[in-house]
Amino acid sequence: MNVTVYLPGDAVALALGADAVAAALTTQAAQHGLAMHLVRTGSRGLFWLEPLLEVATPQGRVAYGPVAVDDLPGLFAARFWTGAAHPKCLGLTEAIPYLARQQRLTLRRIGVVAPHSLADYLAQGGGAGLAQARSMAPAEIVRRITDSGLRGRGGAAFPTGIKWQTVRDAPAGQKYIVCNADEGDSGTFADRLLMEGDPFCLLEGMAIAGLAVGATQGYLYVRSEYPHAITALQTARDAVGAWLGDFQIEVRKAAGSYVCGEETALLESLEGRRGVVRAKPPLPAIAGLFGQPTVVNNVITLACVPDILARGAAFYQALGFGRSRGTLPVQLAGNIRYGGLVEVPFGLTLRQLLYDYGGGSRSGRPLRAVQVGGPLGAYLPEAQFDTRLDYESFAAIGASLGHGGIVAFDDTVDMAVQARFAMAFCALESCGKCTPCRVGSQRGVELIDQIRGGDATSLDLLRTLCDTMIHTSLCAMGGMAPLPVLSIIHHFPEDFR
Amino acid sequence: MDTATLNTLFAKHRHQSGALLPILHDIQDAMGYVPEKVVPLVAQELNLSRAEVQGVIAYYHDFRQTPPGRHTVRVCRAGACQAVGGEALAAHAADRLKGSDLTLEPVYCLGLCATGPAIQIDATTLHAQVTPEKLDTLIQSLENDR
Ligand SMILES: Cc1cc2nc3c(=O)[nH]c(=O)nc-3n(C[C@H](O)[C@H](O)[C@H](O)COP(=O)(O)O)c2cc1C
Ligand code: SF4
Ligand code: FES
Repeated sequence: MNVTVYLPGDAVALALGADAVAAALTTQAAQHGLAMHLVRTGSRGLFWLEPLLEVATPQGRVAYGPVAVDDLPGLFAARFWTGAAHPKCLGLTEAIPYLARQQRLTLRRIGVVAPHSLADYLAQGGGAGLAQARSMAPAEIVRRITDSGLRGRGGAAFPTGIKWQTVRDAPAGQKYIVCNADEGDSGTFADRLLMEGDPFCLLEGMAIAGLAVGATQGYLYVRSEYPHAITALQTARDAVGAWLGDFQIEVRKAAGSYVCGEETALLESLEGRRGVVRAKPPLPAIAGLFGQPTVVNNVITLACVPDILARGAAFYQALGFGRSRGTLPVQLAGNIRYGGLVEVPFGLTLRQLLYDYGGGSRSGRPLRAVQVGGPLGAYLPEAQFDTRLDYESFAAIGASLGHGGIVAFDDTVDMAVQARFAMAFCALESCGKCTPCRVGSQRGVELIDQIRGGDATSLDLLRTLCDTMIHTSLCAMGGMAPLPVLSIIHHFPEDFR
Repeated sequence: MDTATLNTLFAKHRHQSGALLPILHDIQDAMGYVPEKVVPLVAQELNLSRAEVQGVIAYYHDFRQTPPGRHTVRVCRAGACQAVGGEALAAHAADRLKGSDLTLEPVYCLGLCATGPAIQIDATTLHAQVTPEKLDTLIQSLENDR
């Protein structure tokens, strides 16, 4: 009998022992005389179930998880390859409520497609966006992106169509598409899931951007903390053949600097220099990489593009809430029971995500705070859990949605320690170009230490310092690092006594 | 790293624009660090000053200027791991590795933020939901492996 089984080779699955499970699966299948075809996929993003073993059945894929090596003899005895019952059986994968209640769109192929196979990508509907783009005039491609309402998913939520239009209008012999895959924010992993699980989708989005603005060279700047994503992208890039036409892509490994996620520091780094932020103007869209007009977009932004081309702007624009259109891959992280990827249209509340999907804290204790949008994002107390996830609702409470990462903390957290970390991290990662950020963050750490040591008068100084950093820093690193601190002073003052 | 090896490595990167980071990564992958004596050679290859190359090596957390220990253990110190005991794990690791020939380093997010605390051993080995006991077992096996 011929069976096909799927097991993620994704970083989370590997970190939870998937390779040992894969090896034992292969050995035991041979012992059972089973002709088993094992496909290593990306992860579906239901991390508490990893390693998640799936088997193809006539009804669809059936899932078992989390699977340890010790479970395998029992699974073979139960003939799991037929989709048979077993204590670890979760039924049809797509019917698992956490997944069934999502609207997987941009990340619908992760965990499904074989990430190294262009043929499989095309067989699963990939490539339709690029084919469509090739039949359109460049101006029409840009217009479709503008009409879709797509805004950058890297944090600043800038309209993608406008950025592309600027690059398209800039006269130049050479233009560039740069994909920002630095994903430095703690609590975020959607870029990683896509790069490891569906890399061709990202390459397709970059090639479409190239057609739209007239660029034939792309760079993928990937954080070095993601070795598996780098390998997946290189493998995919080497497998494209003539599919992307004359569009070339180079994968570049970053070198551990958080601020290199900021687009101008990223360009400096790509050019081989220290990742020091550039003053704007000029915008990268006018004078970016090597001084040429450059599109810098986040991984997820670019991964949204193929569907918008293939299915039309109206289709995408119809999803979402307010001025935030389409879907947002939300990442549930930290002290959360069911952590993972939840792709849903904008507009759900934090509470729905934390409890209906996340199941509350992992520790079983009450959730006390969540930090949204990475280390520069505000901490929100339970009283703000009814905030909707869309850019404007977050801006209205002085917070930012960032890249959609939500980090949950239970009631054992000391918020003064978290405030100190915000400043210490800024001090560690500051590019050093401007004083409010470089020196201010150091001073912030000292002031918080003084307050924690019992000196209440330092609190006013800390507020003033935050204010100065916000208003005089050159980029959002120094400009936003005070936000977590101020949100803690405001919502959790008791921890500062 | 001898001059011939270095020249082969340089040749591999000649088609790239702004190749300094890729070159430094390759050197470090081969040697574990970027030795001071390659700095003038890299500078010459890329037509940069030594100070520029040195400045880049010093700027990025990834590049080491001295050889690391036999293995490198990186414990995630970022927010999502902090929420599930990452700092206690890091303190435990520091105690456990005092005087060891393994190198302990912080790392700020491995993208395993829903299954923390997370650690990375050497280039590609990851572990999730690491307790102090699990860390001890992992370190023990690194120490046994001589
Ligand atoms: C300190 C700092 C770090 C950033 N890190 C990232 C990052 O890791 N990934 C990312 O896509 N954008 C990051 N950004 C935002 C980028 O500067 C830029 O807005 C983004 O790449 C634009 O792409 P988008 O329009 O598709 O979002 C960061 C910004 C700052 C100020
Ligand atoms: S705010 Fe900080 S990171 Fe941004 S330019 Fe100034 S010193 Fe550099
Ligand atoms: S915060 Fe530790 S892996 Fe992301």
